[in-house]
Formats: sequence, C-alpha cells, structure tokens
Amino acid sequence: MKDSHYDVAIIGAGMSGLAAGIRLAHFGRKVCIFERHNAPGGLNSFYSIAGRKYDVGLHALTNYVAPGVKGTPLGKLLRQLRIEREEFALCPQKQSRIAFPDCSLKFTNDFAVLEAEVAAKFPQQIDGWRALVQAIRSYDDVSLDATPVSARDVVAGHLSDPLLIDMIFCPLMYYGSAQERDMEFGQFVIMFKALFLEGFARPLDGVRVIIRVLLEKFRQAGGERRMKCGVAKIIEEQGRAARLILDGGDEITAGQVISSIGFAETMRLCEPPQKEAAEKNTGALSYAETISVFNRAPAEWGWSEDTIIFFNDSDRFDYSQAREQVDLRSGVICFPNNFDYGDQRLPEGLFRVTGLANYDLWAHLPEETYQADKRRWFGEITRSARRFLPKVDDAVLTQAQIATDMFTPRTIRKFTGHLNGAIYGAPHKIRNGRTHLQNLYLCGTDQGFLGIIGAMLSGISMANYHVLQASTARS
Amino acid sequence: MTKDNCKKLVIDIISDIAPDEDLSAIKPEIKLRDQLQLDSMDFLDIVMELRKRHGIEVPEADYGQLASLESCADYLTPKFVAKS
Repeated sequence: MKDSHYDVAIIGAGMSGLAAGIRLAHFGRKVCIFERHNAPGGLNSFYSIAGRKYDVGLHALTNYVAPGVKGTPLGKLLRQLRIEREEFALCPQKQSRIAFPDCSLKFTNDFAVLEAEVAAKFPQQIDGWRALVQAIRSYDDVSLDATPVSARDVVAGHLSDPLLIDMIFCPLMYYGSAQERDMEFGQFVIMFKALFLEGFARPLDGVRVIIRVLLEKFRQAGGERRMKCGVAKIIEEQGRAARLILDGGDEITAGQVISSIGFAETMRLCEPPQKEAAEKNTGALSYAETISVFNRAPAEWGWSEDTIIFFNDSDRFDYSQAREQVDLRSGVICFPNNFDYGDQRLPEGLFRVTGLANYDLWAHLPEETYQADKRRWFGEITRSARRFLPKVDDAVLTQAQIATDMFTPRTIRKFTGHLNGAIYGAPHKIRNGRTHLQNLYLCGTDQGFLGIIGAMLSGISMANYHVLQASTARS
Repeated sequence: MTKDNCKKLVIDIISDIAPDEDLSAIKPEIKLRDQLQLDSMDFLDIVMELRKRHGIEVPEADYGQLASLESCADYLTPKFVAKS
C-alpha cells in the first residue's frame, strides 16, 4: 500500500497538471498526479500504430518567439519550470494562411507580414486594425479577475468589414475557443498574441518531446505519478475536498486538490455532485481530424509554402456545433513537414485536416456504422480541404498514401474524458481556478489560458497562486 | 555571512531562475526590475528559493525589501546571520 496522504493531489497528467506538479514538487511539496490513462499528455498526446508515430492535438505549438525575446508566455514558462529552451527543440513555421473564397491573408512568425497583408487587402480597415492591435497589446490577459467582455463587441469598435473580422476570428477560434460564435475578449487577446504577435513552432519529433521533458522534470523534482489510476470521487466534508476515491477503490487524502480534467467533469466527481453547475457550463464544440501519411513530402505536389491553413467558404464564418457529423464549410490544414527543421526532415509526408464535428451524431453509433462513417467522412474532409490547395490528382495521392488515421468526437471523449468530446472544454472559463470547495482548484483548459504553452502556464499559475504564494503569505 | 556573500547567494538564485539574463554587470543600488526582465512570478521564485535553499522566510509584506541587490543584502544578511 502506497502512502495515502499528499500535500497536493493533481488530477490529470496533461500539460497543465504536469506543469503544476513540477512547480509544487520543486518546492518540496509531496505531490502526486493521478492519470486515468496509461499515456500522459491529455489532449496533447501521442500514440503509435504499426510502428508509426502520431501526434494528437498538436498542430503547432503557439506562442513561439525567437531566442532572446523576453516577457512572453514561452519565456515565463521555461523559467518557471527550469527548462532550457533547447530542451523543447522548437523549429519555427514557414508561413501560414487564412484562406476564404476571394481573399487570403498570409502570416508568419513576423507580425509585420500580417499587418502588411491587412494593409494591402483591407486598406480602409488598416487604421482600425492598428488601434485593435494596440488595444490587444495593452490588455492584461493574465488577470485572474477580469470582467468578461464580448470580443465581437470590442473588435466591432475597431473594424467594420465583416470579411476581415471573420478572417481574424477563424484561426483564433479554431485554436482555442470553447464558445460558439464569439469569444471572451481576454481569451481573444491570449489567442491573438499566441498566433499572430508570437507564432508557431514544433519539435521535429512532435509533442512527445515536450511531454518527455515535463515528465523528466517532474521525476527529478521528486513528484509521484500514478498512471491508469483516475480519481473516481471527490468526497466533500465541511466545504472541503476531504478525501479522493481512486478508480480501484483506494482512498487518499490531500491538503489541496488541483483538477485539470475540466469544470463539469470535476463537478461530476464531487460527492455530493454539483450536477446543475456542471450542466450549465458544459462545452459542445467538438472536432474531427484526418491524418494522411504519404511516402513523400507534400512539397512535391506544390504543398510546400504553408504550414497551417485556416479555411472557410461560407458567407459568414460560422464557428458553432456542427449540424451534420462534420461541418465541411471550414477547417484547418496542417503540414507538419512544413516547419523549418534546418537540415533535418520528417521521414514521411503528413497531411492533417481538422474540422468541427457533432458529438451526438458520432457518440452512439454501432461499431460497424462508426467505422463506415469514419471512412466516408475521411474522404469528404480531405476533399473539402484540398479546395484550398494546389490541385493534385486523386490517383497521385492514393498511390502515395501509405497510412491514414482519423479521430472523431468519440475519440476525444474517450481519451480526454471531456464531456461531449468538447475539445476546448467549458464555454465559461474559471480564471481564478476556484470551486465551491475551498481546497479544490481547477487548472488547464477550463481555467482558460489557451494552447499548449497556455495550458502549462495555467498549471504554473494555479500552483503559484493557490499553493505556493498562499504559503508565503501565511509565513 | 557578509553582505557580499549574501549578494552572491541572491545572484546564484536569480541565475537559476532566469538563465537567459546577463547578471555580470548588475548595479547593486539599482532596482533589479529596472535592469533585468523579472516579473512577479520571478520574484515569487526568489522568495521560494530562499526558503528552499536557506530556510529563510520572507513574508509578503517584506517583498519590497528585495527590490535591489543592495536592499536584498541589507534585509537578508541579518536573517542569514541569525540562522548560522
């Protein structure tokens, strides 16, 4: 029987839980992370099929800045976790594109490129654009107690062309919005900085590089990790999370509990359960993604310029729950090959397409129908995306294709535990991480710092704010 | 423990927290924030590392005493002396 009392118990070994764990273990807290799955990473994980490695979640790490740029989230998190920049081995993107039917905007890790594109294609809007960017730069996006404001309202105060507005919202929503049609302005600012003012990068070997660094730091700091061991119940006594019941039935206690599994998901573990609170704040936005593996680099077909393409062909970009199994009107293409890896190359060509999908229409299918629907939508999704790429014959692609995989809302539900397969969790974020129990806090997706870097910063912030800082204040 | 030893221990901590900062030319009288890019998270870490490495407690009300290297030495040296 292992020890059953911890200073801090963390639920979930994703990016945020690991980051919180590193901080707490580093400063001498007895900390254990409980993870229901056998693989760490949560939403950003990796797997192998037939000896071939795949990433889930990560298209690109956002918030990338060049070495020497300080005061941004990437630098903060490296410092807080005592990670050397080189350990993440980040390789910057080449360029990305927002592609709508009659207009496209190119952007890179140099913000001036996007600004020049806006000036060239929306000359009437450029003054408003600059004012918006100024408002974004000066906004305190890490405030834990800011009043929620509609991003659509703020943006409408600066920009009037609906096309430009939609084109800006499209990537920001796809990479982090749990809310349909609009975003909270603080969330919008976080994403705008992460994608446009900062940028994209990726380690050659993908997200596993980052997860391995985090695991190693946590281990070195003396943290404990129990895999295949989820938390089944959080027992409330006198307004506190008094005990945790584990999946196997064992019971542990902890002075403080940090849950990274989501707001509604955490509320449902509580005993007595907080059903009403959970129902009011459960996400509905889910995704499907196709992955095509080729025996050559996509660049051979002229798919060489863009790293990420955010596309849409409807009159107004409609970021909402898909009415069919998959909404083909918009999506995101990722070419992992098209990062600047120096003289290194990925061994195979990869073409990933992500789009909005409907959880209910996938969740309850019999296995045979589920597999057939996956095959059918795989074709539909990839064809839809290829409308925004240089033309290549079907036969050429089929011949070069050596493997495929696909995830659906059902896969997201299974591997992240997110209700409704809600990729970015609850629509209303809980920025200060507090819950109805005085020693139970949230971190990760539903605390609301977005993206991989944001997730790690969320774990760091919540560990600092509720555990470490609180302890120095008492001394 | 002299003030100079104390300054060195503080610099050791900062160099581990912020390895990307150049600490070779820090002016002791000038606020650390004005010559280095340190934010409130970094200052919390200085406090936490002082406790972890040297058993020294800095209550939140005294964080202002850590503004410059000189003020750090003035404030912390007696605490180090009391420890030894």
